[in-house]
Amino acid sequence: MSALELLRFAAGALRGHRLRTILSVLGVAIGVASVMVLTSLGEGARGYITGEFMSLGSNLLIVLPGKTETEAEAPIFSQAPHDLTLADMEDFVRRSPRVRRAAPILLGTAFAAHGERRREVSVIGTTAEMLPIRRMSMAIGRFLPEGELERGARVCVIGTKIKQELFPDENPLGTVLHVGGERFKVIGVMAPRGVSLGFDLDDMVEMPVSAAMSLFDRTTLFRIFVEARSHDELDAAAKDIVGVLKERHEGVEDVTVIKQDSLLSAFGKILSVLTGALAAIAAVSLGVAGIGIMNVMLVSVNERTGEIGLLKALGAGSRQILGAFLLEASVLSTIGGALGVLGGYALAALIRYHWPVLPAVPPGWAVVSALVVAVGVGLAFGALPARRASRLDPVAALAKRGA
Amino acid sequence: MISLTGITRTYEVGGRPVHALRGVDLQIPDGDYIAIMGPSGSGKSTLLNLLGCLDRPTTGSYVLDGREVANLSDEDLSLVRRHKIGFVFQVFHLVPRLTAAENVALPLLFAGAPARERLEKAARALALVGLAERADHRPDQLSGGERQRVAVARATIMGPSILLADEPTGNLDTKNGREVIELLESMNRGGLTLIVVTHDPGIGGRARRRLRLVDGLGELEEGSPGA
Repeated sequence: MSALELLRFAAGALRGHRLRTILSVLGVAIGVASVMVLTSLGEGARGYITGEFMSLGSNLLIVLPGKTETEAEAPIFSQAPHDLTLADMEDFVRRSPRVRRAAPILLGTAFAAHGERRREVSVIGTTAEMLPIRRMSMAIGRFLPEGELERGARVCVIGTKIKQELFPDENPLGTVLHVGGERFKVIGVMAPRGVSLGFDLDDMVEMPVSAAMSLFDRTTLFRIFVEARSHDELDAAAKDIVGVLKERHEGVEDVTVIKQDSLLSAFGKILSVLTGALAAIAAVSLGVAGIGIMNVMLVSVNERTGEIGLLKALGAGSRQILGAFLLEASVLSTIGGALGVLGGYALAALIRYHWPVLPAVPPGWAVVSALVVAVGVGLAFGALPARRASRLDPVAALAKRGA
Repeated sequence: MISLTGITRTYEVGGRPVHALRGVDLQIPDGDYIAIMGPSGSGKSTLLNLLGCLDRPTTGSYVLDGREVANLSDEDLSLVRRHKIGFVFQVFHLVPRLTAAENVALPLLFAGAPARERLEKAARALALVGLAERADHRPDQLSGGERQRVAVARATIMGPSILLADEPTGNLDTKNGREVIELLESMNRGGLTLIVVTHDPGIGGRARRRLRLVDGLGELEEGSPGA
């Protein structure tokens, strides 16, 4: 008996239980779709974070005070016997040929006021190098002036959110912003950038690092962003920086240099585990769907007992009966799986539509394995009813029905 | 050629053995016409199931065309049923969602015959039982007599050597019953061994021989009493 004939026979038998059959197929579809949606969320989160890091630029190094045991991870424990200073930065920029440029980061919060409006803002003290290193761009005006490391002109650049809240109806360029009680001339507004590495760049005031130092009465830097000359020279540049700073800090290696790709790969690992876990949770629903298939199959075997007995009397072998029921189960689960794939893609598209920042695309491996598992589930859970059918005693089976 | 020797069949019902057959000896040569008769509970159906290879005897020997049935595997038994035995049941046992032609062609489906061959043979078999016009009707569009004739066509489509009919007229009125029995007899005249299980003396009396079963034991009766 050819597979196609078997299929026709099986399909005909299912017609009698349309609703039950549809529901069990729906169960499989929901299982497959949920695997796809959850994994696409996981992958979307990974894509989002990868994008965040890529936006930092691939030649980026971050120098921070304190030493961790392994250089791959961000420091959790750190002791900083020596501060990270502007002089440190100038020294390694001058001495390492592999460093193209560096920008200091001094971070603080202060009240900013313009006329009647006032609010608390984050202040970044940095230099003109910040703009190319972080690949930022201006909406209007210009960024901090070049080569004014020590002078600290009283100027500032503001994010779009601050522009909207403090200067809702006027051009802020050239006006005075009071930050922490001091006067700063606004010389530029940043183009919208959004949240990056936990900072809302639209909600910041940038000013020359020296100005920030005097404003916060602090000389130690929070971070130094470094751009290497090329991606291949990243490791060498990091080594240079550590070497220079060790020398300057009396032979103590007390800084950490983070490469953005090692951060990226650490996050990537965490997120793939997360995606896998989501897939596993969704796979449970596939198992439940399998029980649904088993249920509809057992009902159909029960109701077709007489028919199975008849087929046996007409010369159908046990293996043919087994095959017919297994085929029926796998057809059900395959249809369910196919519907689930369509639904999964549709839901992922819906997610992308509503949250465009999240590139939620079901990963190929998840689609294929969800389909394979769905068909496997059909076969596995169809096996019991199929065996029951194939082992029916024809005498007893025939006695059960009249037609 | 069927040869039964010392056949017994014991069932367990509620933990207690029920002796449906207690030792039946019977020789049925090819082309024979025999009726198995007896009141209900006498073991008629048990014997029919054994003859039809749907069941195996508890003890005793059943040799069908030189082969000991007790030694055959389940798969072999299904092959014997497919090729050597045709069943006709009291309740017809047609698959309700299939047309008459599809019902008739079912055994060919298991034998793996291609669709065209199945259709041709089914059409011929239906013509043989006088139902060529009814090929596309479903069982619920057929009368009882027509259904049973479809069942006869199905039972004979594989060219079996034995036709087993279990109360074939039990659900039919007198006229239709007579037509069906005459159809079966015409098949028998064509060379098929016809074994009819019945409690109706009017039907049993038409057979060449009768095996009367009483409490699991058989008693053979030769010749036609009506003749």
